[in-house]
Amino acid sequence: MKVLMLGWEFPPFKSGGLGTACFNLTKHLSKKGISITFVMPHAPENATAEFVDLKGINKYNLKIRKIISDLTPYAGADDYAFNIGSLKGTYGSNLFEEVERFTKAAEIIAKEEDFDVIHAHDWMTYNAGLRAKEIAGKPLVVHMHATEFDRTGNNNPNMHISHIEYRGMQKADRVITNSNYEKNLIVEKYNIDPNKIEVAHWGVDPGFKPHMRQDIFSHAKKEKLVLFLGRVTLQKGPDYFIEVAKKVIDIYPNVRFIIAGEGDMLQRVINRSIELGISDKVSFTGFLHGEDVDRAFQMADLFVMPSVSEPFGLVALEALKNGTPAIISKQSGVSEVLKHALKVDFWDTNEMTNKIVNILRYNELHNELRDNSYEEARKLGWENPAQKCIEVYREVLR
Amino acid sequence: MVSICFYFQVHQPFRLGKYSLFDIGKNPSYFDDSKNREVFDKIAKKCYLPMNNLLLDLIHQHKDKFRFTFSFSGTAMEQFEKYSPDILQSFKNLVDTGNVEILGETYYHSLAWLYSKKEFKEQIKMHSDKVKKLFGVKPSVFRNTELIYNNEIAKFAEDLGYKAVLAEGWDNILGWRSPNFIYRPKGCSRIKLMLKNYKLSDDVAFRFSDKGWAEYPLNAEKYSQWINANNGNGNVVNLFMDYETFGEHQWEDTGIFNFMRMLPDELLKNNDNGFLAISDAVKKYSCVGEVDVPHLLSWADVERDISAWTGNRMQQSAMKRLYDMEAAVKRCGSKELLESWRKLTTSDHFYYMCTKWFADGDVHKYFNPYDNPYDCFIIFMNVLNDLNARIEHCRGRKSIKNLFGLLNKTKY
Repeated sequence: MKVLMLGWEFPPFKSGGLGTACFNLTKHLSKKGISITFVMPHAPENATAEFVDLKGINKYNLKIRKIISDLTPYAGADDYAFNIGSLKGTYGSNLFEEVERFTKAAEIIAKEEDFDVIHAHDWMTYNAGLRAKEIAGKPLVVHMHATEFDRTGNNNPNMHISHIEYRGMQKADRVITNSNYEKNLIVEKYNIDPNKIEVAHWGVDPGFKPHMRQDIFSHAKKEKLVLFLGRVTLQKGPDYFIEVAKKVIDIYPNVRFIIAGEGDMLQRVINRSIELGISDKVSFTGFLHGEDVDRAFQMADLFVMPSVSEPFGLVALEALKNGTPAIISKQSGVSEVLKHALKVDFWDTNEMTNKIVNILRYNELHNELRDNSYEEARKLGWENPAQKCIEVYREVLR
Repeated sequence: MVSICFYFQVHQPFRLGKYSLFDIGKNPSYFDDSKNREVFDKIAKKCYLPMNNLLLDLIHQHKDKFRFTFSFSGTAMEQFEKYSPDILQSFKNLVDTGNVEILGETYYHSLAWLYSKKEFKEQIKMHSDKVKKLFGVKPSVFRNTELIYNNEIAKFAEDLGYKAVLAEGWDNILGWRSPNFIYRPKGCSRIKLMLKNYKLSDDVAFRFSDKGWAEYPLNAEKYSQWINANNGNGNVVNLFMDYETFGEHQWEDTGIFNFMRMLPDELLKNNDNGFLAISDAVKKYSCVGEVDVPHLLSWADVERDISAWTGNRMQQSAMKRLYDMEAAVKRCGSKELLESWRKLTTSDHFYYMCTKWFADGDVHKYFNPYDNPYDCFIIFMNVLNDLNARIEHCRGRKSIKNLFGLLNKTKY
């Protein structure tokens, strides 16, 4: 079976969970004998670099076609200006023009390549997927990793983007999403037939490493560390994290809160920490790359994911994989697959404080949670989601 | 001749509410009264009422040929009084027939044996007094929480004057021997040991409605044949189980009530059979040998150990911190604080913290009113912190009072 995959650059890259998901899915599909032509947008200044780690992938099954583009997987309309603003605007910064350009380029690839199924990841590739479907007359599977409602925290979603999402899901033969949480949201917000939607929970790649315990925060020796890691955007709930930090510090002062990541809310969060009088207890690391991510997890005593709306939340599995117990938002897909994690409503800052303080206070709780969740995360691989995708391909080809 | 000894365990804990960090120092009520009432009402309706009626009918029908045994935890008896005088009355009616025996146990269904012999003894006494007060009888046979047992416990019960003690009839301790005889615990001279026939007990308690079981569906006739097969190679068949088996673990639509209604008729067709209360059997039969149980044995899980309550670090720590407060809570002199502390000794709180099979969503989860074992630990520790603060406060007041007393004395 041959698949035309419209996706995103592979790690190590500044693309967070979606790039990782595309990579692992491709790897496991390839292992199962699926041939893939992978079309990815590629930042112009890196156009010649080789970022793809092909270890474990049967090279004969995989062909990569790069389209030079400024598109990044998480861009919303405002966010795009933020992300792209600092880059040299080779192609201008109108997001929708850029999407259209990507679609045209994908159209050409669709004419050149031979494939049975099209698999498109997230809204920016949906128009390209639909064009490819028209040109080649092949079935289209759209993969909804995150909706506009997730990205904006349901706060003033961009109607143009949500319409592209709606049209993509309506016209596609099947929709794949990462959790029941996301499936419900799609049914509710986009009125898509639930029978058309398949849930494939993400896994975590098995690179479980021994603890490195190299301090990247020099002051980290004595204090307990509570970590937020992710984009500092409304969707991820950093504002709740900072409110909780204040409440925890009032009760358990020997603690430091780390915010690792960048995003359009960073300045607001920094200002809030000053207002609350806890700026000496909160550290901002900026965006962490590669091994620094693992180090941050391993140094932390606790990882907190207070997302307002999280289609999956791979970062929580990354934390567990590094031996760091997690408190996760109930408004997340990952909470459906984890039993050994503490779950809390993102808005319930008192309950979050209750859990954090007790974990910091009682090693027996921390250790029990850490060991059991580590074991649990190890069992969540990419075999199952890859198999689900193959089943969906088979159905649409029937 | 074989005597069938039914013993039904009746227990309800006082479950904790979602006690948060922010309740410490502010909220003195730890227990979720509405949740406890709700669970009680549900079980009363599904199990206690219909089963009590059924058992009373059977006694009226078979007279002295139908005798059996209950054990009520003190917390369950408190809940009868608090939530449903009707239920209490219906249990009293059963006991008043004279065909129903009540066992002794720890008042709070606790694991005190493992942590404090002093508290263990006090809770047994409290329980005995409560049974006497409510039912007008005095227990003469002892069963420890979750049938936790070893030689030492048997000796302890013997020294308290009990005639018999109950334990699991586990193969590892019996070897080739049968649980269908009465034994003498090693190191004891008077007390007798009654062992649960776990195969026949679990056929009813766990497998009755299991459609994957080769013997499904089980009916009174088939079950009676299995019991009759013990004739000639046993004196007793000890069927020990939770009372909630009837109507709650096995729902009414499984046919469990009809099964019980038919069972005495079927069994009594054979004139060699009879139903006895535990102490009848103990009086009737003598010990055939000695059983040595040096290590702790329970009736729980496939391991028959105590790991469901003390198997992980949270459980061990919570238990230790709780019993570390014993001396202080007893010294502070507040009845109310002592009662709260004792309610925390109930084994269920620690069972809810079990992580053993949590991920498999099995029986442990079914009984757990909380989201997960970790949340349960957090609630428990928050409560302990509040209780500790109250004890300190109480002791502080007391020492000031003593100081004044001392000053007053010196005046004269």
